[in-house]
Amino acid sequence: MTTTALRTAAARASDLTKVYGAGDTRVTALDHVSVEFYRGEFTAIMGPSGSGKSTLMHCMAGLDAVSSGSATIGDVELNGLKDKALTKLRRDQIGFVFQAFNLLPTLTALENITLPMDIAGRKADRAWLDRVIATVGLADRLSHRPSQLSGGQQQRVACARALASRPEIIFADEPTGNLDSRSGAEILSFLRSSVRELGQTIVMVTHDPVAASYADRVVFLADGRIVDELQSPTADGVLDRMRRFDAKGRTS
Amino acid sequence: MFKTALRNVLSHKGRLLMTMLAVVLGTAFVAGTLVFSDSVSTALKNSLSHNYDKVSVRVENTAAGNDRRAEDNNSGAKPLTDATLRQIQALPGTASAVGTVGGFAGISDPNGNLIGGRGDTQGSNWSPGADGTDSRYPMAQGAGPTSSTQVAIDQRTAQKNGFKVGDSVRIAANGPVMQLTVSGLFTSDDPKLSSGGSLVLFDTATAQKLYTAPGQYGWIDALAKPGTSQVALEQQVGQVVPHSGNVTLHTGAQLTADAKQQVEDGSSSMKTALLFFAGIALFVGIFLISNTFTMLIAQRTRELALMRALGASRKQVRRSVLFEALVVGFTASVVGLGAGIGIGAGLKAWAGSGGNIPSGGLTVTPSTALITIAVGTVVTALAALFPALRASRVPPVAAMSSNDQPVSQKSLIVRNTIGFVLTGLGVAVVLMGVSQGGSSGRMPVALGAMLVMLGVFVLTPLLSRPIIAATGPLFRRLFGVSGTLAKQNAIRNPRRTAATASALTIGVTLITALTVIGTSITHAITQQVTSNMKADYAVSMQMGFPVSPSLVSDLRTAKGVTASSVIDSQYVKLGDETLSVSGVDANSFDQLIAPDLTSGTTDALKQGQLLIDADQAKSRHLQVGSSVPVSYPNGTQGSLTVGGVYPKSDLLGPAMLSEQALAGHTTAPFNQVVLIRSDGGATSANEQALRDATGLNPLVKVQSQQQMVDQFSSIISMMLTILYALLGMAVLIAILGVVNTLAMSVFERKRELGMLRAVGLDKRGVKRMVRLESVVIAVFGAGMGVAIGSFLAWAANGLLKSDLAGLSTVLPWGRLALFIALGATVGLLAALWPARRAARLDILGAIKTD
Ligand SMILES: Nc1ncnc2c1ncn2[C@@H]1O[C@H](COP(=O)(O)OP(=O)(O)OP(=O)(O)O)[C@@H](O)[C@H]1O
Ligand SMILES: [Mg+2]
Repeated sequence: MTTTALRTAAARASDLTKVYGAGDTRVTALDHVSVEFYRGEFTAIMGPSGSGKSTLMHCMAGLDAVSSGSATIGDVELNGLKDKALTKLRRDQIGFVFQAFNLLPTLTALENITLPMDIAGRKADRAWLDRVIATVGLADRLSHRPSQLSGGQQQRVACARALASRPEIIFADEPTGNLDSRSGAEILSFLRSSVRELGQTIVMVTHDPVAASYADRVVFLADGRIVDELQSPTADGVLDRMRRFDAKGRTS
Repeated sequence: MFKTALRNVLSHKGRLLMTMLAVVLGTAFVAGTLVFSDSVSTALKNSLSHNYDKVSVRVENTAAGNDRRAEDNNSGAKPLTDATLRQIQALPGTASAVGTVGGFAGISDPNGNLIGGRGDTQGSNWSPGADGTDSRYPMAQGAGPTSSTQVAIDQRTAQKNGFKVGDSVRIAANGPVMQLTVSGLFTSDDPKLSSGGSLVLFDTATAQKLYTAPGQYGWIDALAKPGTSQVALEQQVGQVVPHSGNVTLHTGAQLTADAKQQVEDGSSSMKTALLFFAGIALFVGIFLISNTFTMLIAQRTRELALMRALGASRKQVRRSVLFEALVVGFTASVVGLGAGIGIGAGLKAWAGSGGNIPSGGLTVTPSTALITIAVGTVVTALAALFPALRASRVPPVAAMSSNDQPVSQKSLIVRNTIGFVLTGLGVAVVLMGVSQGGSSGRMPVALGAMLVMLGVFVLTPLLSRPIIAATGPLFRRLFGVSGTLAKQNAIRNPRRTAATASALTIGVTLITALTVIGTSITHAITQQVTSNMKADYAVSMQMGFPVSPSLVSDLRTAKGVTASSVIDSQYVKLGDETLSVSGVDANSFDQLIAPDLTSGTTDALKQGQLLIDADQAKSRHLQVGSSVPVSYPNGTQGSLTVGGVYPKSDLLGPAMLSEQALAGHTTAPFNQVVLIRSDGGATSANEQALRDATGLNPLVKVQSQQQMVDQFSSIISMMLTILYALLGMAVLIAILGVVNTLAMSVFERKRELGMLRAVGLDKRGVKRMVRLESVVIAVFGAGMGVAIGSFLAWAANGLLKSDLAGLSTVLPWGRLALFIALGATVGLLAALWPARRAARLDILGAIKTD
């Protein structure tokens, strides 16, 4: 399907299988998934509930061990890495934005943003940090604590944190799931601009076709398998595909 | 509702574990104390029950024996003589009667040291009947003593020390040491012996010479003929004994009852002391329990709100939480009772293994069980009261709020105001009490101390923020982001941190206060001993006996002695109040004692003038040159001029006069101490010369200044060790509290922890964060304890000053620093398990939104 040979993969899954449980409760969450996430691209992952989107992200991000197959970030094969190395990889190469509970309530917005660098004991690149903060538009809220910020602002802080350490790739799991459409749109355009302007690589899981339309590419998952993908999606196009899967799911 | 409560208890088993453990430990302490003291007292009482079988009536001369004190020189006591004994024997109701003399008798080991404890080492007389035996003391080997060179020893003591019939032993009653031959070993059912004492028997004439006077008895025991009641015989005996205040009559039944009462009193005071410490442990437990329930309820806010929304009333919510506490308290108390019985049995076995407690079973009374369970249950319920009230105030809408960790930062203003008022009031009352001093200041200081503690506890949340926050930069520097996060976590919930730290504060406060008081007293005594004294040795007797005049002259002529003086304590009426006046040798005074006179000179002693301490001078309005009327122990009158005033000293007593001036005015000397200066100072040769001069008498204590100081400080440090051990339980429970708080915090913050792990904090970092939080809380608690404890010790010293001259507060910095360091260690240890749990947390499980 990929047409551009120029694109290089920032993360790659090959033949990735993830099985939960055993016996009666055995669930194959990912079934021989092979996919590449390209550098400098904004990829959206879509699919019905329980299709394995979060599982894929967690496996790619080294938060969960795979059952078979491999996941690589850059040139690093995650399989077989010890906890210590994985932790370091997450700290230095990967950014996260979760649906909720992204921030430590005891730290200010700024402290939350620089947390991964503080953990690494690195000094933040001041110019970059200022640029990130300006992009998320939080310059006047830096000394606030999460409880003093709105949900949208909290997600923006989370995005800023993910960007601040210039990771190889950012994983975002339904980052706009808890937000109203306006705050959601702000976050999404911000994510897109960080890809366009800052050259960041982002992979985002979402249920929302509108959200997916901000991405450069949409990958569709169903029952733990990649079933389709769309380049430069529009909301209508995505919705259309979704309906088709639904219909197929019902008739099959 | 109750079903929900029960289910809650079961589902939070893990989280209630520490609470249960705290209640178990506290109640086990209570039950252990009760079981141990009841068992000991029952065993002692049992051993008493046959002791007075052969006594129907006892006539006792309370002024006889060597329990005599300096005051007794003045009394006109009447003796119990052979004549009285014969009269009693001749009474129609008397089957038999024996006269007994007895008192202290120390047996010496080969080096001249006293065998056994200083308490029940007794001597008495062997009083054979017509058949040549003494039914009280059946001979196991050999025969009873029949001459002044023989002695019989109780079998247990003999066996323990390897004495055999025919051996030569050295024994001293109150005078010079005697070299005696063991004539026999006897057995006895005297409870003092089964409690570890020793008894030696002399022939009657020797015993009388030692303890009373020839032909005189200490007490006479009469056995009634069948048909004559104890009371009837008592009446008959009453007719023939001398009528004097010092002669008392008791029936055997009364004696038994008195002895049992004495056992009872002794055991109940031990019980009270131990229960006091158990109470402290339980009090500390309250903090832990209340903290646990507060946290559990915070975690269940939504659940509770849902119940309210579904129609549960506030009362029902409150009751369900209280019921939960009752279940926890009751269960833990039952376990505690079981553990306590085990502890009681263990203690009894341990104490009995030294042979100092008569054997006997374990006594577990129903009241022990009831008290233990009631105390544990009530304490738990009480501790859960506030959390229950708070739970009932959860509004139904909280069920709908999406925010699942309500940071209920209710204002602390009311709390802080109360805290400030209490603390301020407490400090004021303490200061007032200290300024009053002495016994009248005791109440205010105790009350104030309690107010201060309470106030500080109320204020701890307020104090915790700035104090802990101050460590921020240091922590950041040392431990990086883990340090910062730990600091933040420690102050994010001030109430919780405060309650956790306070539990530790209680124990550390008491430990610090006791340590500081102990150190200050040791310091003051050392000062007294070393600053006023030029003498190299102080020679005194065990048991506070006076040093006999013959021993004094033996010491005087010992090799190397250059100067010596007795301190002869005589009760002299000065004006209209009796005072202990120390008679000293005027000529050698300056070589032995150097009091820092505030006015006058020590030369005044040579002129027969009186030296008096500053306190006495003040209260009697005396100064140098004043003259006071005196009445001496032997009844003569006179008047004395004050020749000097010296600072109060326990060693010198309230007033001093020369022996030369006292001569002819006393009935008998009562030499408390002989001060000695030796050629070349305190050397082992000089010490040996003095010991040799006493004939290696086991009763004589020869102590150099250093030994006096050492002896005293070893007593103080032994007392401190015992108190530390007793407070250990309170500290242990406080540690459980730290573990508990941390474990629950880790549970509450598992999302955060998962997030931290996801963004790259490694396991070590997580562990370090939890450990540091624990250390911060523990050090904060210990630090407050050291501060409050030092303040309270200062106040207590202010009160004790009137009893101990020259007492001032001395802070043992090394010890105090050690307490803080131990606090930090405790923090580290308490965090071991919670930190591991935190590090092992499954990242994904933690992040997932329910
Ligand atoms: N820890 C687990 N244990 C067992 N099964 C699991 C676990 N986590 C996920 N699953 C199963 O794996 C499958 C994929 O789950 P996943 O969370 O990846 O779905 P998703 O696509 O993210 O769904 P949603 O859109 O609802 O978030 C589901 O069937 C789920 O039940
Ligand atoms: Mg998901």
